[in-house]
Amino acid sequence: MQKSLIRGVQGRGKFIIGGMLILAAIIYLIVSATQSNAEYFMTVNELRSKGNSLVGRSLRISGAVFGDTIQYDPLTMNLTFDVAHVPGDNAAIKMGGGLAAVLHTAVTDPTRTRLTIIYNGPRPDLLRDEAQAIITGHLGEGGIFYADELLLKCPTKYQEGIPSQVVNSN
Amino acid sequence: MLAQFGIGMFLLTFLLALFSVGAAVAGYFSKSDRLVEAARRSMLLIFPLITVAALTLIYLLVTGHYEIEYVYSVTSNDMPFYLKVTALWGGQAGSLVLWSWLMSAFASAVTLRKWERDRELLPWVIVVTSVTLAFFLSLTILYENPFARWWQTTAGDFVPRMFAPAGAVAITPMDGQGLNPLLRHPGMIVHPPMLYLGFVAFVIPYAFAIAALVTGHSDDRWIRLTRRWTLVAWVFLSIGLVLGMRWAYDVLGWGGYWAWDPVETASLMPWLTGTAFLHSVMIQEKRGMFKQWNMLLIILTYALVIFGTFLTRSGVFSSVHAFSQSAIGPMFFAFIGITFVTSLALLIYRWKDLRAEVEMRSLFSREAFFLLNNLLFMGILIVCFWGVVFPLISELVTGQKVTVGPPFYQRANGPLFGALMAIMGIAPLTAWGGSTAGTLGRMLWKPAIPSLLTTVILLFLGMRNWIALIGFTLVAFVIFVTIYEFWSGGRSREKKFKENFLVALWQLAGRNRRRYGGYLIHLSMVVMAIGILGIEVYRTTTQKTLAVGEDIQIAGYTLRYNSLAQFPSTDGRFVTRANMSVFRDGKLLGNLYPRYDYYPTSGQMMTVAGVRSTLADDLYVVLVNWENVSLIQAPFKVYHNPLINWLWIGSLMFILGFLVAAWPSRPEEDF
Repeated sequence: MQKSLIRGVQGRGKFIIGGMLILAAIIYLIVSATQSNAEYFMTVNELRSKGNSLVGRSLRISGAVFGDTIQYDPLTMNLTFDVAHVPGDNAAIKMGGGLAAVLHTAVTDPTRTRLTIIYNGPRPDLLRDEAQAIITGHLGEGGIFYADELLLKCPTKYQEGIPSQVVNSN
Repeated sequence: MLAQFGIGMFLLTFLLALFSVGAAVAGYFSKSDRLVEAARRSMLLIFPLITVAALTLIYLLVTGHYEIEYVYSVTSNDMPFYLKVTALWGGQAGSLVLWSWLMSAFASAVTLRKWERDRELLPWVIVVTSVTLAFFLSLTILYENPFARWWQTTAGDFVPRMFAPAGAVAITPMDGQGLNPLLRHPGMIVHPPMLYLGFVAFVIPYAFAIAALVTGHSDDRWIRLTRRWTLVAWVFLSIGLVLGMRWAYDVLGWGGYWAWDPVETASLMPWLTGTAFLHSVMIQEKRGMFKQWNMLLIILTYALVIFGTFLTRSGVFSSVHAFSQSAIGPMFFAFIGITFVTSLALLIYRWKDLRAEVEMRSLFSREAFFLLNNLLFMGILIVCFWGVVFPLISELVTGQKVTVGPPFYQRANGPLFGALMAIMGIAPLTAWGGSTAGTLGRMLWKPAIPSLLTTVILLFLGMRNWIALIGFTLVAFVIFVTIYEFWSGGRSREKKFKENFLVALWQLAGRNRRRYGGYLIHLSMVVMAIGILGIEVYRTTTQKTLAVGEDIQIAGYTLRYNSLAQFPSTDGRFVTRANMSVFRDGKLLGNLYPRYDYYPTSGQMMTVAGVRSTLADDLYVVLVNWENVSLIQAPFKVYHNPLINWLWIGSLMFILGFLVAAWPSRPEEDF
C-alpha cells in the first residue's frame, strides 16, 4: 500500500506536482504583471472624482485642448496645456454630434472640469485649440498630470477619404 | 470590364472550392475514387484561376485604373513600378487576395504530391484546405471586393460599389492617394508575404492532422508527412516577424523594434504554438508520446493563424496596423469558433486512440525537458493572449477601460524566456527515457564552468544589472553547450571513421541535419537574445532642441547639428533633412542625415532616422517633425541602442540553421 503510494508519487505524481508549480508560477507572473502595469483609461471627470487615490498609477486620459493655455519652451522642451473633460464612450460622442462638435462644446463650456498637463518633449504639430489629446502618464501631487506620451487627433484631418480630383468618365 | 472579369474569377474559384469540399466528402463516404479525384482536380484548378484574378488586380494597379477604389487608395502616379505591384498587399482587400493566392498555391502543391500510400487522408486534406480557402474567398467576394469602382450617387456622395447604385454616375479620379508612406519600405514589401506564407503553410499540417483524426489514423504518419511543411511554415513566420521588427526599427522612428502592439502579439502567438509543436512532434516520432498534445497544438496554431489574420484585418484593436477597419470581424469570429470547436470535438472523439505508448519516467529525461519547453511556450502564449484580450474582458466585466503595455509583457514573459534559454542549454545534454540527476549533472558541469566564468568576467568588467547578468550567462551557457555538442560529436566521428575533424563535423551535420540544424537555430536564438538584452537593459535616450553648431551628448558620443536642407524630391515628397556630425573622444566618426518626408498627396509624414550602426551599438537620431524646424531650433531625439545589431545577425544565422535542417539529404517520402 505504502509502497505503491510512493511509486505513485515518484511516477506520475512528480510530473503533476512539477506541472502545478509551473502553472502557479505562470499565474503569479500574469497577476503581478497585470497589477503593476495596468493602464486605466479615464475621463477628466473620473480622474477628478477619484482624486489622490490615483497618484502614481499609470493612466490614459482623453481631453479637449484649450489653445490659449499652450505654453512651450523650445529650448527646454517643456510643454504645458489644459484640457477639458470630454465623454469617454463612443455613444455619447455620437449623441453630442460627432467628435468635432463634442470637442468644441467642451472648450467653450466654462463649467467643464479642467486638467493641467505637463510634458517634456517636442511640441506635436497637431496640438492646437479643440484638438483631442490622448495622454498617457500619471497624476502628480497637486492635481497636475505628468504625461509620458501624447497622442493628438484633429477631427477635421481624419475625415473620410473621397476622390479629390474627379472627372466624369462618360 | 477587367474588374468584372477579376471578381468573376473569384466567384468561380469560390464555387470550385465548394465543389471540392462536397466532392471530397461524398467521395470519402461513398468510397468513390472518382469523386475524390474530381475534388482533387478542382482543387488544382483553383490556383491558376486565382493567379489570373490576382494578376488582373496587379495589372489594374500598375496601369493606374483609379476608378477602382482599391487602386485609388493604394497607388498614385508618382509611385515607382515595383511599389505599384507590391501595393497588392498595401491594403485590406488586396492582402486578403494575397492570402487566398498563397493558400491556393500551397493547397495545389499538396494535392500534386503522390498519394498512393495515404489515399485515405486525401479527401480530408482537400476538405480542410478548401474550407479555409472558401472562407477567405467569401470575404473577398462579399465584404472586401478589391474590384469595386467609384460612383457618384444622385445625392452627390462618392461610393465604391461593384455595380451602379440607382442613378449614379461612374467616376474616374485622375490620381490615386498613394501607398501609405510608412509602407514604402523594403521590409514592409517582404514582411506581409512572408508572414502570410508562414500563416498559410501551417494550414497544411493542420489539414493532415484533421484528416488523421477523421480517418482514425492514430500513428505519427501525419507528422512525418508534414514535417517539412511545418518547418517551412515556421521559418517563414519567423522571417516575417523579424522583417516586421526591422521595419519598425527603420521606419517608425521610435528607436525600438517591438512594441507588444496587439497585432504584433497576435502574429507572435501562432509562432509560439508552432515552435512548441515543432519540438513536441519529435517526442511522438521517437517515443510515441504526446499524441493528444500534438493534435491540440496544431489545432491551436491553426486557430491562432486565423485569429492573427483577423486581428490585423478587422480593426478591433487600435495599433500601428490599424489602417484596416471593416465589417469582417464577426465573420472571422464565427469561422474561428466553428473550426476550433469542430476540431476539438474530433480530438475528444479520438482521445483514447491517441494515448501514449510509453509512460514518462524520469524528470531528468529528454522528454521531460521537451515537456517543460512546451509548458513554457504555452505560458508565454497565455501571457500574450491575456495581454491582448484583457482590455476587452475588463471593459465587458467592469466597464473600466484598461490596457497593459510593453512593461506587462516584459515582466511576465522575461522569466519565461529566461527559463526557455536555460532549457535550450540543458536539454541537448539529457538522455532519452530513464535518466537521473547524477547522469545529467556529469554532462552539465563541463559547459557550466565556462558559462559561470563568463558571469565572473562580466561582473569584473562592471556589469551590475542582474537581468543582464543572468541573461548573458544563459547565452554563454547555450553557446558552450552547442560548441560542446559539435565538438564531442565531431571527435567521436574523427576517432571512429579516421576522418579529419572538419570533415567529421561536416559529415556529422550532414547525417543528422535536423539535430544539428536545430542546434544552429538555438545558437541563432541566443545571438538574437544578445541584441534584445542589449537594447532592453542598456538603451539610453535623450532629446534636445539645437541651433546650428550646438551639440547633444549621449553614451560618450557627441552629435553636432551642422545644417538643414529643405527641398522637394522628384517623386513628389517634400524632404526636410538635417546634417549632423558624430564625434567620439573628439574624433569625427562620420555624418548622419536624419530627415522627415512630407507626402502632399496623402498629407502623410514619414520620419527617417539617421543611424550609425556597429556591432557594439547603434546611434539612432530622429529629427522630430515639427512645423517650426529651422537652423535656429531643431528638436532631436537620440537613442543609444547597444548590441541591437546582434538581433539581425542572429536572424541571418537562423536562416542558415533552417537550411541545414530542411535541406533534402536523400529522396524522401515527404516533401
